[in-house]
Amino acid sequence: MSQPILSLQGLTKRFEKKLDFAEKIAARLGSSVHAWQVHAVDGVDLDIAQGEVVGLVGESGSGKSTIGRMIAGLLQPSEGRILYRDRDITELRRAASRKAALKIQMIFQDPMSSLNPRMRVKDIIGEAPAVHGIVPRSKLRPYVDEMMQRVGLDPSVRDRYPHQFSGGQRQRIGIARALAVQPDFLICDESVAALDVSIQAQVLNLFMRLRKEFGLTYLFISHDLGVVEHLSDRVVILYLGRVVEVAPTEALFSGANHPYTQALLDEVPRISPEKRQFHPIRGEIPSPMNPPPGCHFHTRCPKVFDRCRVERPALRPIAPGRLSACHLNDVQTASGSRPTTTTIPRESIYSRRG
Amino acid sequence: MSDTVIEVRDLRTHFFTRAGVLPAVDGVSFSVRRGEVLGIVGESGSGKSVTGLSILGLVDAPGRIVGGEIMFRGRNLTELTSHELRAVRGHQIAMIFQDPMMTLNPVLRVSTQMIEAVRAHEKVSKAEARQRARDALGRVGIPSPDERLDAYPHEFSGGMRQRVAIAIALLHSPDLIIADEPTTALDVTIQAQILAEVQKLATETGMALIWITHDLAVVSSLADRIAVMYAGRIVEDGPAPQVLSAPLHPYTVGLIGSVPSRNRRGAELAQIPGMTPSLLDLPEGCAFRPRCPRALDQCRQPQPMRLLKPRQEARCCNPHLEPLEVTG
Repeated sequence: MSQPILSLQGLTKRFEKKLDFAEKIAARLGSSVHAWQVHAVDGVDLDIAQGEVVGLVGESGSGKSTIGRMIAGLLQPSEGRILYRDRDITELRRAASRKAALKIQMIFQDPMSSLNPRMRVKDIIGEAPAVHGIVPRSKLRPYVDEMMQRVGLDPSVRDRYPHQFSGGQRQRIGIARALAVQPDFLICDESVAALDVSIQAQVLNLFMRLRKEFGLTYLFISHDLGVVEHLSDRVVILYLGRVVEVAPTEALFSGANHPYTQALLDEVPRISPEKRQFHPIRGEIPSPMNPPPGCHFHTRCPKVFDRCRVERPALRPIAPGRLSACHLNDVQTASGSRPTTTTIPRESIYSRRG
Repeated sequence: MSDTVIEVRDLRTHFFTRAGVLPAVDGVSFSVRRGEVLGIVGESGSGKSVTGLSILGLVDAPGRIVGGEIMFRGRNLTELTSHELRAVRGHQIAMIFQDPMMTLNPVLRVSTQMIEAVRAHEKVSKAEARQRARDALGRVGIPSPDERLDAYPHEFSGGMRQRVAIAIALLHSPDLIIADEPTTALDVTIQAQILAEVQKLATETGMALIWITHDLAVVSSLADRIAVMYAGRIVEDGPAPQVLSAPLHPYTVGLIGSVPSRNRRGAELAQIPGMTPSLLDLPEGCAFRPRCPRALDQCRQPQPMRLLKPRQEARCCNPHLEPLEVTG
């Protein structure tokens, strides 16, 4: 891999609630109040190459959005480093950090809550480039028009307010706003989750077109494996704040290594003309306030054995470009057999018919 | 057919707003048989949720059922008084909503709410009602139902809460359950658990199920029949395998083509141009005409539902009869 554009090193985020004065007194008097800590993100390492689309997949509480927000500079990491073009953005000085922050833009899930309802579209898109001196104010209008055209909005609606648009169009405004500061790294946090299927397809097509046109790098955060499979070059699977598997998209979807990934892929509803039987994994994602020891997944894993309950599995290479954090890989490599992989039947009746 | 549980004929539910009349549901007809799972699929604003709410008489002002009939056990539900309807609701027809936090009262224990639901329709002792509630929780796969019965809704996770909502729906062994996007807010692994549970219950109890969703993939794994809605009308209705493998209406074709996992990776998705029209300003004739790649002049005329293949109907004069191709 060429020099990564973005590199996460041991990135950790803990949300803490400390005791306030009254609670400290209460605790001293024997009350059961206590400080708590949530390990939202726990030592994540990841390199993203220039022009790559990385899909970040996980269920709620897996820390995927927290990672996105730390990279975008909206949250401070508790530990670890975020290197953007070899410079730690959490330690940069003001001017330099602002410059780096501009190059990393985020597109949110709900455009209605991320667009100021009292601003006109032209101001939403034009404010940042004007403030940061990317475009002189005299040339702002044609610049905003150009941005709107790029995302498939008619520039004649520049004087409207966000509520006058449909959900898909609002998402396009959010994308235009991000593009207006000429970023080279886009974080899409569930950016198509709230959209209808037909509108979702339009926005996904737009993302792919923009990638080709501007050579953008994406971190695509989603719980929707179908969307991630379609768009990403590489997929990172998170579980309770830890990376459990990293693999090129095709390799992952044709044979997942980690039992959690296997379960996740098995349970994605797919369009198939036959009814199917679900064989869900038991239980639910444990609370990040009190994560299980050892491998976080051992409470639900069908292949659990003693070691999983005590020792945290390291994220280790299992094939070129593939990493997985599972003790089973050691066992099977030692006994000479290949790691287990499942294949999901990819054929559909469209190919079977005739 | 004798084992028809519910038959909806030409249902019209309109909303009378200051801006004008919104025909949210405009001439919807379908029937569901015992043990059958009907999937109603549509995008936001297609009228799929209002259809479900109309059956239970839960449409609020300014909305009103303005026409059609809903035949259930030989009675027309649209003609019942609100008092009579209450006896049906929750007893013979139950509903499951998207957000279980909205169906459950946050300040009452689950046991209180479930016992209340049992005793609202049947004269049984509290102890007996509690026993029934306990059994219902056990049936939907809640571990140690005895202890969980006395918990408050906030003490359950999202998936567990939805199970509680399903358990409440099951209390009176209804003939029909209407589920409105019940798994949309849940994670993939939890969604699979709920789908497995519902699948098992539907086959065990023989109740009919109407599953309302925007997600074709979810219904494809669950439904026997699929009805596709667009702008207040059913545009296609047929057995699930046929609708998914050989859709007739161009909208259904577009909808299936838009699903990312159906396309080759990285290829341009077969998107439907434009967006859903405003219900206030529907195009004349077929509402899909402005977005349709197969539109003809005669599409300006109102399109009736036509039986084009065995058991498969569509509201289209230029239906898609050639086999569906995979893009890429």
